[in-house]
Amino acid sequence: MNPGTSRRLEVRGVAKQFEAQPVLDGIDLTVEKGTSVTLLGPSGCGKTTLLRVIAGLERPERGTVTLGDRILADGARFVPPEKRRIGMVFQDWALFPHLDVAANVAYGLPRESSERGRAIAEALEMVGLSGFESRMPSTLSGGEQQRVAIARAIAPRPDALLLDEPFSNLDAALRATVRSDTRNLLRELDMTTLFVTHDQGEAFVLGDEVAVIKDGVIHQQAPADQLYSSPIDPWVAAFVGEANLLLGDAHGESARTILGDIPLAENAFGPRTVLLRPEQIYLSPGSAGEVKSVEFYGHDCSYRVEVDGTEVIVRSIAAPVFAQGDHVTLSYEGPGAIAYPAR
Amino acid sequence: MALTVAPIAIVGLGVFSPSIDTWRQLWEGPLPDMLWTTAALLVLVGGGTIALGTGLAWLTTAYEFPGRRTFTWGLMLPLAMPAYILGFVFLALFDYAGPVQTAMRSVFGSNVWFPDVTSVGGVAIVMCLSLYPYVYILARSAMREQTPATYEAARMLGDSRRAALLRVVLPMARPSLAAGSALVMMETLTDFATVQYFNVETVSVGIYQVWRGMFDRETAVELAALVLLIALVVIGVERLLRGPARFHQRGAPRDIERVALFGWRKVLAVGACWAVLGAAILIPIAQLLYWLFTSPAVVTDMSRGLEYLSNSLGLALAAAIGAIFFALLAAGGARFSGRSFVRRAAHLVTVGYAVPGPVVAIGVLVMIGWVVSGAASNPAGLVLASLTGLVYAYVVRFMALAYGSVDASLEKITPSTVDAAHTLGANPSRVMRQVYFPMAGAGAAAGAVLVAIDVLKELPIVLLIRPFGFTTASVWVWELASESRWAAAAIPALLIVVTAMIPIAFYLRRERRSRGSAVALETRLTTAGRL
Repeated sequence: MNPGTSRRLEVRGVAKQFEAQPVLDGIDLTVEKGTSVTLLGPSGCGKTTLLRVIAGLERPERGTVTLGDRILADGARFVPPEKRRIGMVFQDWALFPHLDVAANVAYGLPRESSERGRAIAEALEMVGLSGFESRMPSTLSGGEQQRVAIARAIAPRPDALLLDEPFSNLDAALRATVRSDTRNLLRELDMTTLFVTHDQGEAFVLGDEVAVIKDGVIHQQAPADQLYSSPIDPWVAAFVGEANLLLGDAHGESARTILGDIPLAENAFGPRTVLLRPEQIYLSPGSAGEVKSVEFYGHDCSYRVEVDGTEVIVRSIAAPVFAQGDHVTLSYEGPGAIAYPAR
Repeated sequence: MALTVAPIAIVGLGVFSPSIDTWRQLWEGPLPDMLWTTAALLVLVGGGTIALGTGLAWLTTAYEFPGRRTFTWGLMLPLAMPAYILGFVFLALFDYAGPVQTAMRSVFGSNVWFPDVTSVGGVAIVMCLSLYPYVYILARSAMREQTPATYEAARMLGDSRRAALLRVVLPMARPSLAAGSALVMMETLTDFATVQYFNVETVSVGIYQVWRGMFDRETAVELAALVLLIALVVIGVERLLRGPARFHQRGAPRDIERVALFGWRKVLAVGACWAVLGAAILIPIAQLLYWLFTSPAVVTDMSRGLEYLSNSLGLALAAAIGAIFFALLAAGGARFSGRSFVRRAAHLVTVGYAVPGPVVAIGVLVMIGWVVSGAASNPAGLVLASLTGLVYAYVVRFMALAYGSVDASLEKITPSTVDAAHTLGANPSRVMRQVYFPMAGAGAAAGAVLVAIDVLKELPIVLLIRPFGFTTASVWVWELASESRWAAAAIPALLIVVTAMIPIAFYLRRERRSRGSAVALETRLTTAGRL
């Protein structure tokens, strides 16, 4: 496989308003050369706008976008999208309906090039669509269209690749395979990649790092495991997974909560909000709380337990052993918990 | 259903049973010239509207300049200006005796050269100005609904704006442009009133002259068949140009990122929009208003005017009721039977909209002939038959509008809505009463208004079928204009223009709310391709 021309993508202080409403409010984001970052956020958080700013489809009001050593946008300069050498896979794939698969893939290649035929064949082979050259987009299935869109975006060997919710139009069964195929392909190509998604599971699978964005601000950018275990604030904690945020009284190495004394990751004093993931809590017969509901998912199950008027979520990798109405005791087993200043 | 296809079928059969004598006569007479003129006019108007409509659509979609938002809807307004009104105002302004040439003579002397306005070129300009909005609206919606994402994809793959326009936007808009220009050409074929101001003789003019001047039914039918043949050729070419597929893109309509224009480009863009708008609607309306307020002759015609106007309204009402009645039958039948052949047959009731007006008119005239042939001596019966025939012709011609409205509102009733009503204990008659009728009612009302308005401004069909002495507002305008009594024609002309604004205002309001487009234009724009 050819070495890509992959480069480092950097966004500094980017701001953008729509009708006096700030959509991006000072975004800092870095995608290291050859790595992938997923931009995760609720709908309307500005993630697609950020992608479009990087692509050159929107103009930022402030801030800089650089790719390698090229400045794509700052206060004075604005490189138009066609000169950026950035590939993009759109949410609805945006294939050219009047062109066949080969012509779609060839679209971004130099017009008169002896390499053209080989580049088309290579790109189609990479996405597993060899032999589809003369098919029209309307005759392809959703998954095939999606792969043509990726082949089209990578065929010109862009310096970076942007993907805007590329799997959201696929049905669930197909999504998982296409997703891991895509990730493996981009890794093989050593492509600098930025994904956008609102799905936490997808974000964790796709990105070497995940950047959580809300209200036009990046709250945290970190590898997925770190993001999950040490979220920077309670909102991120709850957004990247189920979270019990319990009020506690910290006194040094631990904090007193309704589940008893919980060890803390860092020493703290005074009122704190303590993060306990549901899988870090274990149930045993007892009297501290009452099981309010049980949901069995097959690979695990989830309990909602009421303790002193507070609902605690507990997850256990087994078939349910307690039933609604049972009285239980809850215990925490895990590393030092993250604590936030109580609101 | 057979009723709505019959007039067209009658004319269509004329194609298969040509009478050699008639054709030889025609061929040695004016026919070659007429064909040549018709072809020239079709090419000029078709090409002109594509250029004007597509250019303006791209300008208002891709560029930012002062007044752009206003122009996006303002440029649709010329739809309200029928060519037979725009035509006489144009003549009044640019003819030898008109103010423009008079002014030029006073400046440059009496030998100053001026192009002959009463020519194919002159009438083509008028028709382009009054018909380009069809192409404009279709092109604009194609650019907004289909292309934004693909356009951006092209930019990301290295295309400049111009390259993306040529490689993606225009190829994708091609089906819409083909449909729009086909529609424009149908309208051009329909018209034989405007062209007569300009002494231009098309085949449609021939039909009128043969029928009204010589009462030569056979020749009229043959000529109408010829017009139908030309129409079929136009539709065939449209099909060819459209290619195999219509391109649907998912996603809500939105604009592509617009580039602000500066300097002379800005001036040019604003100037072009104003020029088109001015020539197509602002100046004509100003001129009509000027006549209205300066000409004393206007008032003397008022009493007759009221009679003509009430004729128009009565006709419009009757046609609207008739069209809605049949539309409910057809749309309801198609829905309830659920069989695909019934559905296709139901679509067939709308063909009257896609064929030129004179074809429908001649077909109806032939049918009237059959009915009254026994009682030809009774003049009152003839008048009644003609009036009935006129309403019938309008129902055939404008059925598509009513059908489209009714069908669109029935479309909102999903099978599960009906199932829901049933599971809630409603029996079929209650479902009819409480679900179908209220839903169809709104569509039927809208459809009736649309039909009525189109009847009000329609000219060719009423000219052909009307009984002697029966005049409507549109006929009145045409008669006055033909006699060059332009000032007197101002009142009815303004009335027609104002009425014609109503459906456009509806359309604009809906478009602004951005949910779907008004049925009228949609139907109009899609029927052309349905034959």
